Amino acid sequence: MVGERANPETIESIRKEIGADKGFTGQYLGYLKLIMQGNFGRSYYSNRDVLNDMGEKLPNTIVLALAAMAIAVPCGIASGMVMAYRKGRSIERFVSIISIGGLSVPVFWCGLMAMLIFSLNLKLLPPSGTGGLRFLMLPALVLALPAMSSLARVTALTIEETMGMPYVRTAKAKGLAPLKIAMIHVLKNALIPIVTIIGLDFGSYLSGAVVTETIFGWDGIGRFTMEGIIMRDYPVIMGCIITCTAVFVIVNTLTDILYHYLDPRIRIYDKSR
Amino acid sequence: MTKAGSVFFYIILLLFVLSLAAPLLHLPDPNKIDLDSLKMSPGAEHPFGTDHKGRDIFSRVIYGAKVSISVAFAAAIASCCIGSLIGLVAGYFGGKIDTVAMAIVDFILSFPSLLLAIAVSVVLPPGIHTAMIALSAAGWTSFARLIRGQVLAVKGLPFVEAARAIGCSNARILFVHIVPQCLNVGLVMIGMKLGGFIIAEATLGFLGLGVQPPAPSWGAMISASRAYILTAPWMVFFPGMMITATAFCFNLFAEYLKQRYDVKSITG
Repeated sequence: MVGERANPETIESIRKEIGADKGFTGQYLGYLKLIMQGNFGRSYYSNRDVLNDMGEKLPNTIVLALAAMAIAVPCGIASGMVMAYRKGRSIERFVSIISIGGLSVPVFWCGLMAMLIFSLNLKLLPPSGTGGLRFLMLPALVLALPAMSSLARVTALTIEETMGMPYVRTAKAKGLAPLKIAMIHVLKNALIPIVTIIGLDFGSYLSGAVVTETIFGWDGIGRFTMEGIIMRDYPVIMGCIITCTAVFVIVNTLTDILYHYLDPRIRIYDKSR
Repeated sequence: MTKAGSVFFYIILLLFVLSLAAPLLHLPDPNKIDLDSLKMSPGAEHPFGTDHKGRDIFSRVIYGAKVSISVAFAAAIASCCIGSLIGLVAGYFGGKIDTVAMAIVDFILSFPSLLLAIAVSVVLPPGIHTAMIALSAAGWTSFARLIRGQVLAVKGLPFVEAARAIGCSNARILFVHIVPQCLNVGLVMIGMKLGGFIIAEATLGFLGLGVQPPAPSWGAMISASRAYILTAPWMVFFPGMMITATAFCFNLFAEYLKQRYDVKSITG
Protein backbone atom coordinates (compact mmCIF):
# COMPACT_ATOMS: atom_id res chain seq x y z
CA MET A 1 0.00 0.00 0.00
CA VAL A 2 2.76 2.43 0.87
CA GLY A 3 5.72 0.96 -0.96
CA GLU A 4 8.96 -0.34 0.46
CA ARG A 5 10.52 2.92 1.60
CA ALA A 6 7.70 4.37 3.69
CA ASN A 7 8.67 5.85 7.04
CA PRO A 8 7.35 4.23 10.24
CA GLU A 9 5.01 7.14 11.03
CA THR A 10 3.13 6.76 7.75
CA ILE A 11 2.77 3.03 8.35
CA GLU A 12 1.53 3.67 11.89
CA SER A 13 -1.03 6.25 10.78
CA ILE A 14 -2.39 3.94 8.07
CA ARG A 15 -2.55 1.06 10.53
CA LYS A 16 -4.69 3.30 12.78
CA GLU A 17 -6.84 4.41 9.89
CA ILE A 18 -7.76 0.87 8.81
CA GLY A 19 -7.95 -0.36 12.40
CA ALA A 20 -5.11 -2.87 12.20
CA ASP A 21 -3.94 -1.87 15.70
CA LYS A 22 -7.04 -3.19 17.47
CA GLY A 23 -6.38 -6.92 17.75
CA PHE A 24 -8.24 -9.78 16.10
CA THR A 25 -11.66 -9.67 17.82
CA GLY A 26 -11.77 -5.90 17.80
CA GLN A 27 -11.10 -5.82 14.07
CA TYR A 28 -13.70 -8.49 13.38
CA LEU A 29 -16.43 -6.85 15.47
CA GLY A 30 -15.64 -3.49 13.91
CA TYR A 31 -15.95 -5.03 10.44
CA LEU A 32 -19.27 -6.69 11.26
CA LYS A 33 -20.62 -3.42 12.61
CA LEU A 34 -19.64 -1.54 9.45
CA ILE A 35 -21.19 -4.20 7.21
CA MET A 36 -24.45 -4.01 9.14
CA GLN A 37 -24.44 -0.30 8.35
CA GLY A 38 -23.90 -1.10 4.68
CA ASN A 39 -20.31 0.11 4.75
CA PHE A 40 -17.93 -2.31 3.06
CA GLY A 41 -15.02 0.07 3.40
CA ARG A 42 -12.79 1.52 0.74
CA SER A 43 -10.46 -0.26 -1.61
CA TYR A 44 -6.86 -0.17 -0.33
CA TYR A 45 -5.62 0.85 -3.76
CA SER A 46 -8.18 2.98 -5.57
CA ASN A 47 -9.66 4.36 -2.30
CA ARG A 48 -13.09 4.07 -3.91
CA ASP A 49 -16.13 3.00 -1.93
CA VAL A 50 -16.48 -0.80 -2.35
CA LEU A 51 -20.26 -0.79 -2.03
CA ASN A 52 -20.62 1.81 -4.77
CA ASP A 53 -18.33 -0.08 -7.11
CA MET A 54 -20.17 -3.32 -6.44
CA GLY A 55 -23.48 -1.58 -7.13
CA GLU A 56 -22.15 -0.56 -10.54
CA LYS A 57 -20.81 -3.99 -11.41
CA LEU A 58 -23.42 -6.36 -10.00
CA PRO A 59 -26.06 -5.61 -12.70
CA ASN A 60 -23.54 -6.61 -15.40
CA THR A 61 -22.95 -9.92 -13.66
CA ILE A 62 -26.69 -10.51 -13.27
CA VAL A 63 -27.16 -9.86 -17.01
CA LEU A 64 -24.41 -12.37 -17.78
CA ALA A 65 -25.86 -14.95 -15.38
CA LEU A 66 -29.36 -14.53 -16.84
CA ALA A 67 -27.99 -14.88 -20.37
CA ALA A 68 -26.16 -18.05 -19.35
CA MET A 69 -29.34 -19.31 -17.75
CA ALA A 70 -31.32 -18.57 -20.91
CA ILE A 71 -28.93 -20.88 -22.75
CA ALA A 72 -28.46 -23.52 -20.06
CA VAL A 73 -32.06 -24.12 -18.98
CA PRO A 74 -33.73 -24.97 -22.33
CA CYS A 75 -30.69 -26.83 -23.68
CA GLY A 76 -30.15 -28.69 -20.40
CA ILE A 77 -33.77 -29.79 -20.05
CA ALA A 78 -34.00 -30.75 -23.73
CA SER A 79 -30.87 -32.89 -23.64
CA GLY A 80 -32.01 -34.42 -20.35
CA MET A 81 -35.27 -35.42 -22.03
CA VAL A 82 -33.37 -36.88 -24.98
CA MET A 83 -31.31 -38.94 -22.55
CA ALA A 84 -34.39 -40.20 -20.70
CA TYR A 85 -36.59 -40.97 -23.71
CA ARG A 86 -33.91 -42.50 -25.92
CA LYS A 87 -32.32 -44.65 -23.26
CA GLY A 88 -30.02 -47.35 -24.59
CA ARG A 89 -29.84 -45.83 -28.08
CA SER A 90 -26.66 -44.40 -29.46
CA ILE A 91 -28.02 -40.84 -29.19
CA GLU A 92 -28.38 -41.31 -25.42
CA ARG A 93 -24.75 -42.46 -25.21
CA PHE A 94 -23.67 -39.47 -27.27
CA VAL A 95 -25.55 -36.85 -25.23
CA SER A 96 -24.44 -38.53 -22.01
CA ILE A 97 -20.76 -38.43 -22.97
CA ILE A 98 -21.12 -34.79 -24.06
CA SER A 99 -22.71 -33.89 -20.74
CA ILE A 100 -19.94 -35.60 -18.75
CA GLY A 101 -17.49 -33.74 -20.97
CA GLY A 102 -19.22 -30.46 -20.18
CA LEU A 103 -18.69 -31.14 -16.48
CA SER A 104 -15.03 -31.94 -17.08
CA VAL A 105 -13.96 -28.85 -19.01
CA PRO A 106 -12.58 -26.06 -16.84
CA VAL A 107 -14.46 -22.83 -17.54
CA PHE A 108 -11.31 -20.73 -17.95
CA TRP A 109 -9.75 -23.02 -20.54
CA CYS A 110 -13.00 -23.39 -22.44
CA GLY A 111 -13.29 -19.61 -22.46
CA LEU A 112 -9.79 -19.12 -23.81
CA MET A 113 -10.30 -21.75 -26.51
CA ALA A 114 -13.65 -20.26 -27.54
CA MET A 115 -11.99 -16.85 -27.74
CA LEU A 116 -9.16 -18.27 -29.83
CA ILE A 117 -11.51 -19.94 -32.29
CA PHE A 118 -14.41 -17.50 -32.60
CA SER A 119 -12.71 -14.18 -31.99
CA LEU A 120 -9.09 -14.49 -32.99
CA ASN A 121 -9.25 -17.01 -35.84
CA LEU A 122 -12.74 -16.68 -37.30
CA LYS A 123 -13.14 -13.04 -36.18
CA LEU A 124 -16.88 -13.53 -35.68
CA LEU A 125 -17.26 -12.02 -32.23
CA PRO A 126 -15.32 -9.46 -30.20
CA PRO A 127 -12.79 -11.16 -27.89
CA SER A 128 -13.48 -9.03 -24.85
CA GLY A 129 -15.32 -6.08 -23.43
CA THR A 130 -18.65 -5.15 -21.89
CA GLY A 131 -21.56 -4.29 -24.10
CA GLY A 132 -24.45 -5.61 -26.13
CA LEU A 133 -25.40 -9.04 -27.40
CA ARG A 134 -22.24 -9.54 -29.45
CA PHE A 135 -20.09 -9.12 -26.37
CA LEU A 136 -22.42 -11.22 -24.26
CA MET A 137 -22.58 -14.32 -26.43
CA LEU A 138 -19.21 -15.98 -25.81
CA PRO A 139 -19.00 -15.51 -22.03
CA ALA A 140 -22.63 -16.58 -21.58
CA LEU A 141 -22.07 -19.69 -23.67
CA VAL A 142 -18.94 -20.66 -21.75
CA LEU A 143 -20.60 -20.01 -18.41
CA ALA A 144 -23.65 -22.04 -19.43
CA LEU A 145 -21.73 -25.19 -20.34
CA PRO A 146 -21.19 -26.79 -16.89
CA ALA A 147 -24.63 -25.73 -15.65
CA MET A 148 -26.22 -27.17 -18.78
CA SER A 149 -24.47 -30.49 -18.24
CA SER A 150 -25.47 -30.90 -14.62
CA LEU A 151 -29.02 -29.86 -15.44
CA ALA A 152 -29.20 -32.42 -18.27
CA ARG A 153 -28.08 -35.23 -15.97
CA VAL A 154 -30.53 -34.36 -13.21
CA THR A 155 -33.38 -33.93 -15.70
CA ALA A 156 -32.68 -37.34 -17.23
CA LEU A 157 -32.64 -38.99 -13.81
CA THR A 158 -35.87 -37.42 -12.53
CA ILE A 159 -37.74 -37.98 -15.77
CA GLU A 160 -36.77 -41.64 -15.74
CA GLU A 161 -38.10 -41.92 -12.20
CA THR A 162 -41.32 -40.11 -13.04
CA MET A 163 -41.90 -42.25 -16.11
CA GLY A 164 -42.33 -45.28 -13.86
CA MET A 165 -45.19 -43.67 -11.91
CA PRO A 166 -48.68 -45.23 -12.11
CA TYR A 167 -50.31 -42.05 -13.42
CA VAL A 168 -48.03 -42.08 -16.45
CA ARG A 169 -49.09 -45.66 -17.16
CA THR A 170 -52.72 -44.56 -16.85
CA ALA A 171 -52.13 -41.71 -19.27
CA LYS A 172 -50.57 -44.15 -21.72
CA ALA A 173 -53.45 -46.58 -21.29
CA LYS A 174 -55.92 -43.77 -22.02
CA GLY A 175 -54.15 -43.41 -25.34
CA LEU A 176 -52.88 -39.85 -24.92
CA ALA A 177 -50.34 -38.60 -27.40
CA PRO A 178 -46.77 -39.39 -26.23
CA LEU A 179 -45.78 -35.71 -26.53
CA LYS A 180 -48.66 -34.67 -24.29
CA ILE A 181 -47.66 -37.28 -21.70
CA ALA A 182 -44.05 -36.15 -21.87
CA MET A 183 -44.81 -32.48 -21.43
CA ILE A 184 -47.78 -32.48 -19.06
CA HIS A 185 -47.64 -35.67 -17.05
CA VAL A 186 -43.93 -36.29 -16.78
CA LEU A 187 -42.12 -32.96 -17.09
CA LYS A 188 -44.47 -31.07 -14.82
CA ASN A 189 -44.08 -33.65 -12.08
CA ALA A 190 -40.31 -33.77 -12.51
CA LEU A 191 -39.96 -30.00 -12.16
CA ILE A 192 -39.07 -29.77 -8.46
CA PRO A 193 -35.55 -31.31 -8.61
CA ILE A 194 -34.96 -29.47 -11.88
CA VAL A 195 -35.85 -26.12 -10.33
CA THR A 196 -33.64 -26.92 -7.34
CA ILE A 197 -30.67 -27.51 -9.63
CA ILE A 198 -31.39 -24.33 -11.60
CA GLY A 199 -31.26 -22.42 -8.29
CA LEU A 200 -28.06 -24.13 -7.17
CA ASP A 201 -26.48 -23.54 -10.57
CA PHE A 202 -26.83 -19.84 -9.92
CA GLY A 203 -23.96 -20.32 -7.50
CA SER A 204 -21.87 -21.81 -10.27
CA TYR A 205 -22.66 -18.79 -12.46
CA LEU A 206 -21.45 -16.47 -9.72
CA SER A 207 -18.21 -18.34 -9.03
CA GLY A 208 -17.76 -19.11 -12.72
CA ALA A 209 -18.14 -15.40 -13.32
CA VAL A 210 -14.88 -14.74 -11.45
CA VAL A 211 -13.03 -16.62 -14.19
CA THR A 212 -15.25 -15.92 -17.20
CA GLU A 213 -15.45 -12.18 -16.62
CA THR A 214 -11.69 -11.97 -16.16
CA ILE A 215 -11.02 -13.73 -19.44
CA PHE A 216 -13.60 -11.84 -21.47
CA GLY A 217 -13.06 -8.49 -19.80
CA TRP A 218 -16.71 -8.31 -18.73
CA ASP A 219 -16.99 -5.50 -16.20
CA GLY A 220 -18.86 -7.40 -13.49
CA ILE A 221 -18.43 -8.37 -9.89
CA GLY A 222 -16.43 -11.49 -10.79
CA ARG A 223 -13.66 -9.51 -12.45
CA PHE A 224 -13.77 -7.07 -9.54
CA THR A 225 -13.18 -10.03 -7.17
CA MET A 226 -10.30 -11.24 -9.30
CA GLU A 227 -8.67 -7.80 -9.33
CA GLY A 228 -9.06 -7.72 -5.57
CA ILE A 229 -7.40 -11.14 -5.24
CA ILE A 230 -4.45 -10.15 -7.40
CA MET A 231 -3.85 -6.95 -5.45
CA ARG A 232 -4.68 -8.59 -2.08
CA ASP A 233 -7.27 -5.84 -1.68
CA TYR A 234 -9.14 -7.38 1.24
CA PRO A 235 -12.13 -4.98 1.52
CA VAL A 236 -12.90 -5.71 -2.15
CA ILE A 237 -12.51 -9.49 -1.79
CA MET A 238 -14.63 -9.67 1.36
CA GLY A 239 -17.30 -7.36 -0.04
CA CYS A 240 -17.60 -9.35 -3.27
CA ILE A 241 -17.74 -12.72 -1.55
CA ILE A 242 -20.38 -11.51 0.89
CA THR A 243 -22.45 -9.98 -1.92
CA CYS A 244 -22.25 -13.09 -4.11
CA THR A 245 -23.20 -15.30 -1.20
CA ALA A 246 -26.14 -13.04 -0.39
CA VAL A 247 -27.35 -13.21 -4.01
CA PHE A 248 -26.95 -17.01 -3.96
CA VAL A 249 -28.95 -17.34 -0.72
CA ILE A 250 -31.70 -15.05 -2.03
CA VAL A 251 -32.00 -17.03 -5.27
CA ASN A 252 -32.21 -20.32 -3.40
CA THR A 253 -34.83 -18.95 -1.03
CA LEU A 254 -36.85 -17.81 -4.05
CA THR A 255 -36.67 -21.30 -5.57
CA ASP A 256 -37.89 -22.73 -2.26
CA ILE A 257 -40.84 -20.36 -2.40
CA LEU A 258 -41.41 -21.32 -6.02
CA TYR A 259 -41.99 -24.98 -5.00
CA HIS A 260 -45.14 -23.84 -3.31
CA TYR A 261 -46.56 -22.62 -6.61
CA LEU A 262 -45.20 -25.45 -8.75
CA ASP A 263 -46.41 -28.38 -6.75
CA PRO A 264 -49.93 -28.51 -5.30
CA ARG A 265 -48.83 -31.41 -3.09
CA ILE A 266 -46.50 -29.11 -1.15
CA ARG A 267 -49.26 -26.49 -0.90
CA ILE A 268 -51.68 -28.97 0.59
CA TYR A 269 -49.04 -30.39 2.93
CA ASP A 270 -48.26 -26.89 4.21
CA LYS A 271 -51.93 -26.16 4.86
CA SER A 272 -52.52 -29.42 6.69
CA ARG A 273 -49.76 -28.73 9.17
CA MET B 1 -18.82 -47.52 -20.23
CA THR B 2 -20.60 -49.89 -17.85
CA LYS B 3 -18.25 -52.86 -17.60
CA ALA B 4 -14.86 -51.42 -18.30
CA GLY B 5 -15.33 -48.29 -16.19
CA SER B 6 -12.47 -49.02 -13.82
CA VAL B 7 -10.13 -48.62 -16.80
CA PHE B 8 -10.49 -44.86 -16.39
CA PHE B 9 -9.22 -45.07 -12.85
CA TYR B 10 -6.16 -47.03 -13.98
CA ILE B 11 -5.45 -44.42 -16.65
CA ILE B 12 -5.23 -41.74 -13.98
CA LEU B 13 -3.21 -44.00 -11.70
CA LEU B 14 -0.80 -44.54 -14.59
CA LEU B 15 -0.52 -40.79 -15.14
CA PHE B 16 0.09 -40.27 -11.43
CA VAL B 17 2.79 -42.94 -11.27
CA LEU B 18 4.33 -41.46 -14.40
CA SER B 19 4.48 -38.03 -12.76
CA LEU B 20 6.02 -39.49 -9.60
CA ALA B 21 8.60 -41.37 -11.64
CA ALA B 22 9.21 -38.43 -13.96
CA PRO B 23 12.74 -37.72 -12.61
CA LEU B 24 13.74 -41.22 -13.77
CA LEU B 25 12.34 -40.80 -17.27
CA HIS B 26 15.01 -38.48 -18.68
CA LEU B 27 12.45 -35.77 -19.39
CA PRO B 28 13.85 -32.28 -19.79
CA ASP B 29 13.93 -30.33 -16.53
CA PRO B 30 10.44 -28.74 -16.23
CA ASN B 31 11.84 -25.55 -14.71
CA LYS B 32 14.89 -25.13 -16.90
CA ILE B 33 14.74 -21.82 -18.73
CA ASP B 34 16.18 -22.17 -22.21
CA LEU B 35 16.35 -18.86 -24.06
CA ASP B 36 17.40 -20.58 -27.30
CA SER B 37 14.06 -22.33 -27.71
CA LEU B 38 11.36 -19.81 -26.84
CA LYS B 39 7.76 -20.60 -27.87
CA MET B 40 8.71 -23.48 -30.16
CA SER B 41 5.69 -25.19 -31.70
CA PRO B 42 5.11 -28.89 -30.97
CA GLY B 43 7.62 -31.06 -32.80
CA ALA B 44 9.92 -34.05 -32.46
CA GLU B 45 12.13 -32.54 -29.79
CA HIS B 46 9.35 -30.97 -27.73
CA PRO B 47 6.15 -32.99 -28.28
CA PHE B 48 3.93 -30.29 -26.70
CA GLY B 49 6.19 -27.36 -27.67
CA THR B 50 7.91 -24.92 -25.33
CA ASP B 51 6.62 -21.90 -23.43
CA HIS B 52 7.65 -18.25 -23.33
CA LYS B 53 10.66 -19.12 -21.19
CA GLY B 54 11.72 -22.05 -23.33
CA ARG B 55 10.58 -24.66 -20.84
CA ASP B 56 9.38 -28.00 -22.21
CA ILE B 57 5.57 -28.11 -21.91
CA PHE B 58 5.29 -31.90 -22.07
CA SER B 59 7.63 -32.22 -19.13
CA ARG B 60 5.80 -29.50 -17.17
CA VAL B 61 2.45 -31.13 -17.85
CA ILE B 62 3.70 -34.50 -16.58
CA TYR B 63 5.23 -32.95 -13.47
CA GLY B 64 2.07 -30.90 -12.95
CA ALA B 65 -0.04 -34.07 -12.84
CA LYS B 66 1.53 -34.90 -9.49
CA VAL B 67 0.25 -31.68 -7.92
CA SER B 68 -3.26 -31.78 -9.40
CA ILE B 69 -3.95 -35.44 -8.75
CA SER B 70 -2.50 -35.50 -5.25
CA VAL B 71 -4.43 -32.36 -4.25
CA ALA B 72 -7.65 -33.91 -5.60
CA PHE B 73 -7.06 -37.21 -3.79
CA ALA B 74 -6.01 -35.58 -0.52
CA ALA B 75 -9.01 -33.24 -0.58
CA ALA B 76 -11.39 -36.10 -1.41
CA ILE B 77 -10.05 -38.30 1.38
CA ALA B 78 -10.01 -35.46 3.92
CA SER B 79 -13.56 -34.42 2.97
CA CYS B 80 -14.70 -38.02 3.20
CA CYS B 81 -13.17 -38.61 6.64
CA ILE B 82 -14.37 -35.36 8.22
CA GLY B 83 -17.77 -35.35 6.53
CA SER B 84 -18.50 -39.02 7.16
CA LEU B 85 -17.58 -38.78 10.83
CA ILE B 86 -19.84 -35.78 11.33
CA GLY B 87 -22.61 -37.42 9.29
CA LEU B 88 -22.33 -40.66 11.28
CA VAL B 89 -22.47 -38.96 14.66
CA ALA B 90 -25.23 -36.54 13.63
CA GLY B 91 -27.38 -39.26 12.09
CA TYR B 92 -26.85 -41.81 14.85
CA PHE B 93 -27.28 -39.64 17.93
CA GLY B 94 -29.80 -37.21 16.44
CA GLY B 95 -31.25 -34.49 18.67
CA LYS B 96 -29.22 -31.40 19.36
CA ILE B 97 -25.99 -32.76 17.86
CA ASP B 98 -27.83 -33.38 14.62
CA THR B 99 -29.43 -29.92 14.62
CA VAL B 100 -26.12 -28.16 15.22
CA ALA B 101 -24.19 -30.26 12.68
CA MET B 102 -26.77 -29.75 9.97
CA ALA B 103 -26.95 -26.02 10.72
CA ILE B 104 -23.19 -25.82 10.10
CA VAL B 105 -23.59 -27.82 6.88
CA ASP B 106 -26.36 -25.51 5.69
CA PHE B 107 -24.26 -22.49 6.57
CA ILE B 108 -21.35 -23.73 4.46
CA LEU B 109 -23.64 -24.77 1.61
CA SER B 110 -24.95 -21.21 1.48
CA PHE B 111 -21.62 -20.22 -0.10
CA PRO B 112 -21.03 -21.11 -3.74
CA SER B 113 -18.32 -23.75 -3.17
CA LEU B 114 -15.65 -22.23 -5.42
CA LEU B 115 -16.08 -18.82 -3.79
CA LEU B 116 -15.56 -20.41 -0.39
CA ALA B 117 -12.40 -22.10 -1.67
CA ILE B 118 -11.21 -18.75 -3.02
CA ALA B 119 -11.93 -17.07 0.31
CA VAL B 120 -9.97 -19.72 2.21
CA SER B 121 -7.02 -19.54 -0.18
CA VAL B 122 -6.89 -15.76 0.04
CA VAL B 123 -6.59 -15.90 3.82
CA LEU B 124 -4.05 -18.73 4.08
CA PRO B 125 -0.56 -18.52 2.54
CA PRO B 126 -0.74 -19.97 -1.00
CA GLY B 127 0.62 -23.45 -1.60
CA ILE B 128 -0.28 -27.09 -2.01
CA HIS B 129 -1.63 -27.50 1.54
CA THR B 130 -3.82 -24.43 1.23
CA ALA B 131 -5.33 -25.81 -1.97
CA MET B 132 -6.19 -29.05 -0.17
CA ILE B 133 -7.72 -27.23 2.80
CA ALA B 134 -9.64 -24.85 0.54
CA LEU B 135 -11.22 -27.71 -1.42
CA SER B 136 -12.03 -29.74 1.70
CA ALA B 137 -13.58 -26.72 3.42
CA ALA B 138 -16.66 -27.01 1.25
CA GLY B 139 -16.23 -30.65 0.14
CA TRP B 140 -16.96 -32.32 3.47
CA THR B 141 -20.57 -31.10 3.56
CA SER B 142 -21.69 -33.42 0.75
CA PHE B 143 -20.32 -36.40 2.66
CA ALA B 144 -21.92 -35.27 5.93
CA ARG B 145 -25.35 -34.99 4.29
CA LEU B 146 -25.05 -38.23 2.38
CA ILE B 147 -23.77 -40.36 5.27
CA ARG B 148 -26.29 -38.85 7.70
CA GLY B 149 -29.08 -39.84 5.33
CA GLN B 150 -27.68 -43.34 5.00
CA VAL B 151 -27.37 -43.72 8.80
CA LEU B 152 -30.97 -42.56 9.27
CA ALA B 153 -32.09 -45.19 6.76
CA VAL B 154 -30.09 -47.96 8.40
CA LYS B 155 -30.29 -47.29 12.11
CA GLY B 156 -33.86 -48.53 12.54
CA LEU B 157 -33.19 -51.88 10.84
CA PRO B 158 -33.34 -55.13 12.84
CA PHE B 159 -29.60 -55.87 12.79
CA VAL B 160 -28.84 -52.59 14.56
CA GLU B 161 -31.54 -53.34 17.11
CA ALA B 162 -30.08 -56.81 17.59
CA ALA B 163 -26.60 -55.38 18.09
CA ARG B 164 -27.94 -53.04 20.73
CA ALA B 165 -29.90 -55.86 22.39
CA ILE B 166 -26.79 -57.97 22.87
CA GLY B 167 -25.12 -54.98 24.52
CA CYS B 168 -22.81 -53.54 21.88
CA SER B 169 -21.41 -50.13 22.71
CA ASN B 170 -22.43 -47.13 20.58
CA ALA B 171 -18.96 -47.00 19.07
CA ARG B 172 -19.11 -50.67 18.08
CA ILE B 173 -22.57 -50.33 16.56
CA LEU B 174 -21.45 -47.26 14.62
CA PHE B 175 -18.14 -48.51 13.29
CA VAL B 176 -18.73 -52.26 12.99
CA HIS B 177 -22.40 -52.42 12.05
CA ILE B 178 -23.32 -49.11 10.43
CA VAL B 179 -20.13 -47.98 8.68
CA PRO B 180 -20.02 -51.00 6.31
CA GLN B 181 -23.52 -50.02 5.14
CA CYS B 182 -22.24 -46.57 4.18
CA LEU B 183 -19.16 -47.67 2.24
CA ASN B 184 -20.92 -47.95 -1.13
CA VAL B 185 -22.38 -44.47 -1.19
CA GLY B 186 -19.23 -43.00 0.33
CA LEU B 187 -17.09 -44.52 -2.40
CA VAL B 188 -19.41 -43.26 -5.13
CA MET B 189 -19.31 -39.77 -3.63
CA ILE B 190 -15.50 -39.83 -3.56
CA GLY B 191 -15.54 -40.75 -7.23
CA MET B 192 -17.91 -37.90 -8.00
CA LYS B 193 -15.91 -35.37 -6.01
CA LEU B 194 -12.55 -36.18 -7.61
CA GLY B 195 -13.43 -34.79 -11.04
CA GLY B 196 -14.78 -31.59 -9.51
CA PHE B 197 -11.71 -31.20 -7.31
CA ILE B 198 -9.38 -31.50 -10.33
CA ILE B 199 -11.20 -28.58 -11.96
CA ALA B 200 -11.41 -26.57 -8.74
CA GLU B 201 -7.69 -27.03 -8.08
CA ALA B 202 -6.91 -25.90 -11.62
CA THR B 203 -9.17 -22.88 -11.17
CA LEU B 204 -7.41 -21.89 -7.95
CA GLY B 205 -4.10 -22.31 -9.79
CA PHE B 206 -5.41 -20.16 -12.63
CA LEU B 207 -6.35 -17.44 -10.15
CA GLY B 208 -2.82 -17.61 -8.70
CA LEU B 209 -4.02 -19.13 -5.43
CA GLY B 210 -2.67 -22.65 -5.84
CA VAL B 211 0.85 -23.99 -6.03
CA GLN B 212 3.19 -21.08 -6.65
CA PRO B 213 5.45 -20.69 -9.69
CA PRO B 214 7.89 -21.83 -10.91
CA ALA B 215 6.55 -25.22 -9.72
CA PRO B 216 4.50 -26.58 -12.63
CA SER B 217 0.73 -26.74 -12.13
CA TRP B 218 -1.84 -26.98 -14.90
CA GLY B 219 -3.98 -24.02 -13.85
CA ALA B 220 -1.01 -21.70 -13.31
CA MET B 221 0.49 -22.72 -16.67
CA ILE B 222 -2.66 -21.59 -18.45
CA SER B 223 -2.83 -18.31 -16.60
CA ALA B 224 0.84 -17.58 -17.33
CA SER B 225 0.46 -18.30 -21.05
CA ARG B 226 -2.86 -16.49 -21.55
CA ALA B 227 -1.12 -13.49 -23.05
CA TYR B 228 0.49 -15.64 -25.78
CA ILE B 229 -2.70 -17.36 -26.93
CA LEU B 230 -2.58 -15.86 -30.41
CA THR B 231 1.09 -16.56 -31.15
CA ALA B 232 1.54 -19.81 -29.24
CA PRO B 233 -1.87 -21.45 -28.63
CA TRP B 234 -0.26 -24.80 -27.69
CA MET B 235 0.91 -23.23 -24.44
CA VAL B 236 -2.72 -22.89 -23.37
CA PHE B 237 -4.10 -25.92 -25.19
CA PHE B 238 -2.07 -28.79 -23.70
CA PRO B 239 -2.36 -28.05 -19.97
CA GLY B 240 -6.11 -27.48 -20.41
CA MET B 241 -6.40 -30.70 -22.38
CA MET B 242 -4.76 -32.53 -19.47
CA ILE B 243 -7.18 -31.00 -16.94
CA THR B 244 -10.14 -31.92 -19.11
CA ALA B 245 -8.90 -35.44 -19.78
CA THR B 246 -8.19 -36.12 -16.11
CA ALA B 247 -11.52 -34.73 -14.92
CA PHE B 248 -13.27 -36.64 -17.72
CA CYS B 249 -11.66 -39.92 -16.62
CA PHE B 250 -12.64 -39.30 -13.00
CA ASN B 251 -16.21 -38.45 -13.97
CA LEU B 252 -16.55 -41.55 -16.16
CA PHE B 253 -15.14 -43.59 -13.30
CA ALA B 254 -17.79 -42.09 -11.01
CA GLU B 255 -20.49 -43.09 -13.51
CA TYR B 256 -19.11 -46.62 -13.44
CA LEU B 257 -19.15 -46.66 -9.63
CA LYS B 258 -22.74 -45.43 -9.60
CA GLN B 259 -23.87 -48.28 -11.82
CA ARG B 260 -21.73 -50.87 -10.10
CA TYR B 261 -23.14 -50.06 -6.64
CA ASP B 262 -26.56 -49.20 -7.99
CA VAL B 263 -26.75 -45.77 -6.39
CA LYS B 264 -28.22 -43.43 -8.94
CA SER B 265 -29.75 -40.50 -7.20
CA ILE B 266 -26.69 -38.89 -5.68
CA THR B 267 -25.78 -35.40 -6.76
CA GLY B 268 -22.56 -33.67 -5.78
